[in-house]
Amino acid sequence: MSAPLIGDGSLGASLVAAVAVGLGFGFALERAGLGSARKLIGQFYGRDLAVMKVMFSALTVAMLGVFWLSRFGLLDLRAVYVPLTYLWPQLFGGLLFGAGLVVAGLCPGTACVAAATGRIDGVFVLLGFLAGMVGAGLLLDRFAAFYESGAHGAWTLSELTGLPYGVVVAAVVVLAIAAFAGAEWFERRVR
Amino acid sequence: MNGQRTPRAYADPYLAGAGLGVVLLAAFVLVGRGLGASGAFASTAAGAVAAIAPERAAASPLFSHYLEAQGPWLEWLNFELAGVLLGAWISAALAGRLRMAVERPAALARGSRLAFAFGGGVAMAAGAALARGCTSGQALTGGALLSVGGWLFLCVAFAAAHALAPLVRKLWT
Repeated sequence: MSAPLIGDGSLGASLVAAVAVGLGFGFALERAGLGSARKLIGQFYGRDLAVMKVMFSALTVAMLGVFWLSRFGLLDLRAVYVPLTYLWPQLFGGLLFGAGLVVAGLCPGTACVAAATGRIDGVFVLLGFLAGMVGAGLLLDRFAAFYESGAHGAWTLSELTGLPYGVVVAAVVVLAIAAFAGAEWFERRVR
Repeated sequence: MNGQRTPRAYADPYLAGAGLGVVLLAAFVLVGRGLGASGAFASTAAGAVAAIAPERAAASPLFSHYLEAQGPWLEWLNFELAGVLLGAWISAALAGRLRMAVERPAALARGSRLAFAFGGGVAMAAGAALARGCTSGQALTGGALLSVGGWLFLCVAFAAAHALAPLVRKLWT
């Protein structure tokens, strides 16, 4: 049997899985302390690099899991949805998102955690985010050409570099270990 | 609210991160897709606009996507996000961390903090709409699947936040 275990046909089962996955997602973010804007924002002032540590270790664990499960034939990679690449809107959108993040102090996911645990600033980030989505959706048809620019479909670093999947995975692991070592060294130095 | 209890310290970031990675892997294995957050707000916005002005919603490249198939209200990410709220609440309740508060530095007025929170949210929404995802959908999920766009978004968003941080220091100290 090969994963994904729940097909497109079974909406009910996939929505139950959605709640279960969300439970784990929210639980992990709250445990890490990322529902706190002050802790999260410490990343950008070099006080507390928890954001980088949490994100990079999560990314690495999931990446390794996907790689090995597909290597052993347990996960069908063709059935896993890879977010599509649109270079220019993702470049510009990333800049805008990062600017909003350092002002808001929370990203949409962590703002949900903040709001659910009683932080009113988290509620206001979410209200702004929803209002912004309504506005962006209504204005986006005027920027349709830009929105579709730099389209490359499901494009991976392996295809970009011409390196085998396993080599890219190994390179990300090395990068993560170097980043963790650098973060620990930096935090010790600051204290 | 258990305001009397001393809140427990947060978990080790590597441990919490590894746990988050297992949750993300479980999403890939169960349903063949990763985590997300902004999509739930995009679909909610799509549903609201479609209810008021259906032709405006259908003309939007962002909203039209959510009006297909099962419609905006049964969007997978809406249910996932409901889980996020519940999971975060359970975790905080177990650790004695549920507390009504506006997190802000002492020098920043409560109203200012809330206004900046709202404004930052608006800017993030514009960015996430263009990028087709946020920290969870692009950076984390796309990152784990080695998507070029996911890594581009991750690097650019972090670089922008780090670069802008010195200019908005007053918001946080």
